[in-house]
Amino acid sequence: MTPWECLTFEWFGALFSDERILNGIWNSILVGFGTVILSVSMGLAGALMLTQIWPKLRATYYTVIIAPILIPGVVLGISTLVFWDRINRMLGLGADSFLSNGLFLTIIGQSTFIASYCMLVLVARLQRYDIALTEAALDLGATHAQAFRKVLLPFMKPAIASAAVLAFLASFENYNTTTFTFGEYPTLTIELAQKVRYGITPAISALAFIIVVLTVFAALANEANLRRKELVAKARKEATVEELSSGRIRMPGFLSSNWAAVALVVVACATVVVVGTATVYSPQQCIADVQEQKRLETEERINELRRQRDLRRQQQQEAEQGNAAEPNQSQPTGNNSGFGNVFAPSALSGEEEEASEAEEAPSGNNSGFGNVFDPGSLNSGQDN
Amino acid sequence: MSAGVGVDLENLWIRFGDFVAVRDANVNINGGDFFSFLGPSGCGKTTILRAVSGFLEPSDGRVLIGGNNMKGIGPNKRPTALIFQNLALFPLMKIWENITFSMEIRGASAKERRKRADELLDMIALPGQGDKLPSELSGGQRQRVAIARALCAEPDVLLLDEPLSALDLKLRQHMRTELREIQQRVGITFIYITHDQGEALTMSDNIAVMKAGVIDQIADGKTIYNDPSTAFAASFVGENNVFRGKVKRVMGNEALIETNRSGDLVARISSANQGRMKEGEDAMMFIRPEAFTLAPEGASGDHFVTAKVNHEEFEGNAFNIFMEGEGGKELKVSIPNLGQSFEDHTGQNITLEYETNNAVCVPAGELAAE
Repeated sequence: MTPWECLTFEWFGALFSDERILNGIWNSILVGFGTVILSVSMGLAGALMLTQIWPKLRATYYTVIIAPILIPGVVLGISTLVFWDRINRMLGLGADSFLSNGLFLTIIGQSTFIASYCMLVLVARLQRYDIALTEAALDLGATHAQAFRKVLLPFMKPAIASAAVLAFLASFENYNTTTFTFGEYPTLTIELAQKVRYGITPAISALAFIIVVLTVFAALANEANLRRKELVAKARKEATVEELSSGRIRMPGFLSSNWAAVALVVVACATVVVVGTATVYSPQQCIADVQEQKRLETEERINELRRQRDLRRQQQQEAEQGNAAEPNQSQPTGNNSGFGNVFAPSALSGEEEEASEAEEAPSGNNSGFGNVFDPGSLNSGQDN
Repeated sequence: MSAGVGVDLENLWIRFGDFVAVRDANVNINGGDFFSFLGPSGCGKTTILRAVSGFLEPSDGRVLIGGNNMKGIGPNKRPTALIFQNLALFPLMKIWENITFSMEIRGASAKERRKRADELLDMIALPGQGDKLPSELSGGQRQRVAIARALCAEPDVLLLDEPLSALDLKLRQHMRTELREIQQRVGITFIYITHDQGEALTMSDNIAVMKAGVIDQIADGKTIYNDPSTAFAASFVGENNVFRGKVKRVMGNEALIETNRSGDLVARISSANQGRMKEGEDAMMFIRPEAFTLAPEGASGDHFVTAKVNHEEFEGNAFNIFMEGEGGKELKVSIPNLGQSFEDHTGQNITLEYETNNAVCVPAGELAAE
């Protein structure tokens, strides 16, 4: 029998009404943006430094700047906490100061190593940069700041975008550094970890589904955009001077020879269909059917077991009358291990408990999945 | 246009650690001149250019532009514009944005910039190409865009760092004329860096020949070609045949050189060295391939050279004869093709004659590497 019965969308509802998860997502996004800003700017500074540092120092500098990637996140988390706590105390601030704020500490802590990732991405692009471009800008009268803003930054833009995405994702999924620094701002990963300790609900799967869909969306949109740019560049290259200057150049359509755009549209349609179905579809009838079926099955089984027990009791009585039998009263019903009663010392002693277990079957499931797949949990949901 | 702004280098030294890139350079460049620095790669000519444009501070000495000392003034404050060897067009900007970058810095409106860009595009014969990206243009077009971009900044001095070296031969020759025309039209000072003596000779008003950080000679093209002051200048600019020897006798402006292979030959002493050549000193004399004529067999004297012919070739406008020369180097002779009959001399000894005025002698020195 599969654990799935009845299509339902109610766990999305459960997800969006879970305050802690929502709060976690919000905190994760806050931390993510903070980390993106901090680590991309630190990474860019580090990358610029690497290309301009005295060549003899370059290897040493590179090792130092890349080291945070190799240090375990746990160490970074503890270090961040201890370091800023010291500073906090040195400045004579209280426990509620900005420096001991969970948001601040998490952003700082994550940025220590995410900045190194960003630097690697940015260095790759920076190595293709011709320093003569900056010199040309200076020569034409630009200040250093103008040369940086108008020439270097536009050149670095694609790498900065990828570094930002990388930083956001790394921040979003980070657990082991955040776990020491989050304070009053638990991120999504922290909330999930805390929830999983008490068993997970399908709401988590709903969240996973949403994240996967969003990721696929973003990836396809990006790919479609890239392909479109390529096509436009090709069209421009083939265009004549007249077409270019008149602005009447024929650009390729959005969907033409662009599989990523087609896939994007397909996924979008599928999502719209799913959401539409979710708002219209009601699983009540199916749930009622399943419950009815389950009830009948259970009843039948109980009857069957009852019959067997009666039979056995008769036999036992007959036997007791023959020999003075020892009463078998050990009842280890409190077994909560995931292995059921397999290792219970009395598991081999008799089938009697089986009957009692069967009677309380709907509530006695202590498997690692909690009550997730128990049809009875649907029942309680309905009651609510 | 004004007479242009001059550039002076006074006792300019540039050192990188122990390495001396430029040694005591003294150059006066007149306003409105087309001035070239000519030398083999690594001789320090780009270093001089960077010192003029402000990317490099001199270790010693001064750079003056229009009489003003440029010490401590950054490249963005100097009245110079540099055209880079690789052009350094901004790859992400359209052509018109590239050209008017200096106006954007000054805060000009997009409309003004567009107008100026169109004017400059007309001047460099690329009308209507303003909306393209640099990568969509050919090498020669990019070259012209780089010039337009530099001119848009309205510099007093335009610096060009081997801008034609990336172009193919035909385009290079075309751009030479074009550059010279642009220079005459705008009337500003051009300082041009090259290792190609053809470029330097055809375009420049004055040329400085450089060797390993030292300026050997500063003069106009004709003087450098006909009256070199050092062995390096004589061997680097144009083709030249060298004869090594000792000064046997000095006779006013002429000297009799006792050459190692070809006997005693007479030559004019180059004007920079007159009065400085002493009897018995090592000397070098140079005769251009085209300065020789075929002499009747058996002729001898102090302006005849006899040698064995290794091989010959026909170049269209000239017959080239390659003869056994000094130190493994061949002696080259070019006889202009004027329709005369020309027989093969390979393997024979032939005698050549030259006019004393066409042979020049200088004190022995380092020759340019081939």
